[in-house]
Amino acid sequence: MAALHMATAVLGAALMSAALMAVLGHNPWEAFTGLAKGSLGTERELAVTVRKTAPFVLTGLSVTLALKAGLFNFGTAGQFLMGSVGAVWMGIQFEALPGWLHLPLALAVGIGSGSVWGAIPGWLKASTGSHEVITTIMLNYVAALFAGWTVFAGSSLSMTRPGPLWDATAGPVSASPDVLASARIPWILGPPLGIHWGVALALLTALLVWWLMERTQFGFELKTVGAKPLAARYAGMRCGWTTVLAMTWAGGLAGLAGAIETLGVHYKFAPEFGGGVGFEGIAVALLGQGHPLGIVLAALLFAVLDAGALRMQFDSGVPSDIIQVIQTFILIFAAAPALATWLLNRVSRTQRASAAAAGRRA
Amino acid sequence: MNAAPVAKRIGLRHQSAGSRRNMPHPVLEVRGITKHFPGVVANRNIDLDLFPGEILAVLGENGAGKSTLMNIIYGLHPPTSGSVRVGGRQLECRSPRDAIAAGIAMVHQHFHLVPTMTVLENIVLGAETTRRGVLDPATAERDVAELCQRFGGQLDINLQAMIDDLPVGMRQRVEIVKALYRRARILVLDEPTAVLTPQETGSLFQIMRGLRHQGTGIIFITHKLKEVLDVADRIAVLRRGAVVGHARPGATTEQAMATMMVGRVPSLTIPKTTVVPGPLMLEVDTLTVHRDDGTTAVDRISFKVHQGEILGLAGVQGNGQTELIGALTGLRPVSSGTVRLNGRDTTHASARRLGREGDTGHIPEDRHTHGMVESFSVAQNLVLNLCNRPPFTRWGLLRLEAIRAHAGRKVADFDIRTTSLKQPLGSLSGGNQQKLVVAREMRDGLQLLIANQPTRGVDVGSVESIHHHIVQQRNAGRAVLLASYDPDEILALADRIAVMFEGRLISLSPAAQVDRNRLGLLMAGIPA
Ligand SMILES: Nc1ncnc2c1ncn2[C@@H]1O[C@H](COP(=O)(O)OP(=O)(O)O)[C@@H](O)[C@H]1O
Ligand SMILES: [Mg+2]
Repeated sequence: MAALHMATAVLGAALMSAALMAVLGHNPWEAFTGLAKGSLGTERELAVTVRKTAPFVLTGLSVTLALKAGLFNFGTAGQFLMGSVGAVWMGIQFEALPGWLHLPLALAVGIGSGSVWGAIPGWLKASTGSHEVITTIMLNYVAALFAGWTVFAGSSLSMTRPGPLWDATAGPVSASPDVLASARIPWILGPPLGIHWGVALALLTALLVWWLMERTQFGFELKTVGAKPLAARYAGMRCGWTTVLAMTWAGGLAGLAGAIETLGVHYKFAPEFGGGVGFEGIAVALLGQGHPLGIVLAALLFAVLDAGALRMQFDSGVPSDIIQVIQTFILIFAAAPALATWLLNRVSRTQRASAAAAGRRA
Repeated sequence: MNAAPVAKRIGLRHQSAGSRRNMPHPVLEVRGITKHFPGVVANRNIDLDLFPGEILAVLGENGAGKSTLMNIIYGLHPPTSGSVRVGGRQLECRSPRDAIAAGIAMVHQHFHLVPTMTVLENIVLGAETTRRGVLDPATAERDVAELCQRFGGQLDINLQAMIDDLPVGMRQRVEIVKALYRRARILVLDEPTAVLTPQETGSLFQIMRGLRHQGTGIIFITHKLKEVLDVADRIAVLRRGAVVGHARPGATTEQAMATMMVGRVPSLTIPKTTVVPGPLMLEVDTLTVHRDDGTTAVDRISFKVHQGEILGLAGVQGNGQTELIGALTGLRPVSSGTVRLNGRDTTHASARRLGREGDTGHIPEDRHTHGMVESFSVAQNLVLNLCNRPPFTRWGLLRLEAIRAHAGRKVADFDIRTTSLKQPLGSLSGGNQQKLVVAREMRDGLQLLIANQPTRGVDVGSVESIHHHIVQQRNAGRAVLLASYDPDEILALADRIAVMFEGRLISLSPAAQVDRNRLGLLMAGIPA
């Protein structure tokens, strides 16, 4: 059922995108083959796609976990940024630490920073009832400004001082220094492919979250609170506390995504790196149907879109911005399965009708 | 004879039930309906006719397939095989929309009203009168008011009231008016009385008789035998998905119907041995509780419950029982007074503390809001409030084996009809859901069992077994507080009877000193 839902959403989005490209005067077939070539064509491109899967898996899990507790985590972007900044703060100093300690610590600080950023809206919801959609979105802005400030290069014109994590050797560029070698995530497959262990860690985390939801008392209570708060209260569960914990976990997962990207891919933090995850986590979660395998597959799909966008533009002339439109279509169809089913039924009916007409003509 | 007995508009025709005999065309014909669900056959080759101007009672145990059949008639489920004909015409490509167009209306056990809209808005929703595309509330209001008036007071309803503010009986009335507004000639009522007080039931029957008089065919689903004898013209009995018999109220008895329904002779009274009450367990002293709107719901109430006794709390719905039990189970704050459980002060104890540590079992009044999670499995629901304790958890990890074993035992002991322990609870019939909640709350090591309407919406066979289990708890030396709107249930089980009226206890006496008549008067607020 869930698999069917996923397939319909993706097919529906593909159809709509193809229609849009055709209207814009492009050849959709070229665009899609370009997309496939750019993301899966060669070993190297495949590796990029695999690497890009990790943050989508983790932010997708973040949204999913919150959703199971009845909460909408729109704050993955902010939590991701806080995780990145936290990991970088830990990763650029403490030269004396050995790698077996430094890397886990850097990851932990990243997770912790994201957790705090998730816990705040959770706590606000539990104590004042303020809606988490509003507060998480607001905190995204706060996180973006804060993260930007930490590595801000300063400006002599406006007499502003540089941020605490700014790399003085980089000149006027707003970025942090490089993460020390002891805090970098090691390779599974080294350059030129460049797949790091963070990808494996993300997949393991998917299993961990599944286990947490299905096999622990905490997961059971979390799902009860999400499904029916009144029943949870009747059963003696602490709804407020569970809300805070769920958001803490959700924030931690997005924070881990940020930490993995900084410690495994960029080796530094610059404000523009945060752009990679915004609301994709929500789309991945909706498309993945709350199932860990579904989330991994959905994340892979988003990585394909992300990785193949440029090649698509090159091969077919379809602007790479179209990718965002495709993502939006997926989001819409994942959120409204009836719409996708309706569309597919219509298409197959018109095709049958035209096939029948063709048969008559023949 | 006019073979198209369809009134253009309900109420313009006055056709008495008696003339049905000269008019042999059923308005609804169900032919050979069979419905398979994964693992169960919910309906087996069912034939059923409904004539205009008659009330057909469909009687059956929980899980007999009554709701499934009605959902098929209403177009919610496609049948596996068989057909439904309305006014002689076969209904094809079924959906509720087709059913409504054909004049079928259904009032579900759980109402489909928009709580934040007014009565009028709910009634016209989806069938709005418009003038040049603009809503025309004045005309709508006039039409609806006219419709209600035709029933001479039985359908009185404040059209501007918000659904949220209405009691259950009134909401049901809104559903019925909604059906009439859509000119239904076939009205399906799925267990309409399960949520009503005796008074509300009485006025529902008045409305049903009025509709019958105007030629509407009514299918009335219930498992309350008295009601069937009271209001039905004809009775069809369903058991395990098949029609097992027909009867006419004049020519049958409760016992005969119960036997047909259950397939054996059920005992309608519970044998109770005398048990000498033990030490004091629950002591409530001048307890005052307020409603959410600040009005006083429970007004300085005091009583005691001893081990090995059942204190019956009788009263018509809305006299403060809900709030009293809310306070005793930690779900509603106490304004003043004290509650002591087994000697300890539990006045302000949370539900968490009472249920998880103090071992108070609580069968909630409305299982749907509190007692269960529809999307969870049978096994999960059976540990909903036990998931924090051994053997179901260790070091915060769920022990699935223990949870499954526990569920297996409860399902067997309480005869919960389910295809598997993994089945989502929402897909079980209402009575089986209730049995599950009862089964969960009757656990070992209880000190106090609070049972609020424990048999609401369950059939005779299950009432028998639930009552049996409650008496067993008492015999095992537990204190039981039983709240019920049904005087017969109180009389059947209680050792002492307390009667609540407008927030006060107006009577508290041994059961032997209260008879049916006296209890009825007390519940109406007339102390003898
Ligand atoms: N949607 C469903 N999926 C699977 N089984 C169902 C579903 N609805 C009802 N059933 C099963 O069909 C049987 C008849 O149920 P139902 O018609 O609700 O009984 P009743 O209304 O007579 O109490 C029960 O065994 C129930 O578990
Ligand atoms: Mg039913």
